[in-house]
Amino acid sequence: MSDPTPAPRFVRQFALVKGRARSIGTDLGLDTLVRSTDRGLERRPALGRDQQQVIDLCRETISVAEIGAHLHVHLGIVRVLVSDMVAHDLVALSSSDFDESGPDLGTLERLLDELQTL
Amino acid sequence: MSSRHSEQAGGTATKTMAKPLKVVVAGGFAAGKTTFVDAISEIVPLTTEAPMTNLSVGIDDAGEVTTKTTTTVAMDFGRITLSESTMLYLFGTPGQDRFWFMWDELSKGAVGAVVLVDTRRLGDCFAALDYFEQRGLPYVVALNTFDGTLAHNIDEVREALSIDPAIPVVAVDARDRTSTKQALIKLVQHAIARRRAQR
Repeated sequence: MSDPTPAPRFVRQFALVKGRARSIGTDLGLDTLVRSTDRGLERRPALGRDQQQVIDLCRETISVAEIGAHLHVHLGIVRVLVSDMVAHDLVALSSSDFDESGPDLGTLERLLDELQTL
Repeated sequence: MSSRHSEQAGGTATKTMAKPLKVVVAGGFAAGKTTFVDAISEIVPLTTEAPMTNLSVGIDDAGEVTTKTTTTVAMDFGRITLSESTMLYLFGTPGQDRFWFMWDELSKGAVGAVVLVDTRRLGDCFAALDYFEQRGLPYVVALNTFDGTLAHNIDEVREALSIDPAIPVVAVDARDRTSTKQALIKLVQHAIARRRAQR
């Protein structure tokens, strides 16, 4: 993925999300994967600059942490930006079958196989 | 809480998306966390950076054993696409205990942790070992060989750190892809053994 160094940001980060520090509804992990939806790609020209950047970054599936690194904003901002976009069906999130106690045995065994053949 | 992430219902994203898995790479200051991530990541590790405050001068002084000149309070992370369905993320975390709020977030749902140890500075990893032990997150202890040699052998380190015999301790060259991969394999094997034992 190309990563041109963005122009310096003149807008304070929280202004991007209208001062909100919490996202609505969606609990996004650092590793939650995000991808642009067809609707997001269609609506792209009508979106603001930061939402357009998220749409572009998420043409390929990437994590919340990567979006933050590429946009040079901290993770709290990314969470609000992305969850807003989820609410408008502009991006979709990966599902996760496991809970806080970590991946289940089947997932771990598959991971082991995949690492060994890496 | 059964699931952290909601499946997009009736959305326009029709393809099945990969599932993320994550591993925490922890350890003391300058123990080689970023090097470890860099050695195996398919992307150049990305960083969410914030400069160290003056308050941390002294606390984070790496002393004479290292030439590291910059540090970050956030984390470096890398990615390994293992298959169409699996993306593994490696998050390097700051080693100091005042960043525990980040360890909590990173540990949630993680496969486990690799605790990197600089054998010249054994005490630096106590905080990480205690944390993962208390949290019950599977972890392996990886002794970074740096210039190819260990200052102490594995048994000495296990003894010195009173590491439970059930916890794997391995030597690792954090610069080397095969070596870091082996450490990750050890971690996953250990996580599997722990899961089986819980049944």
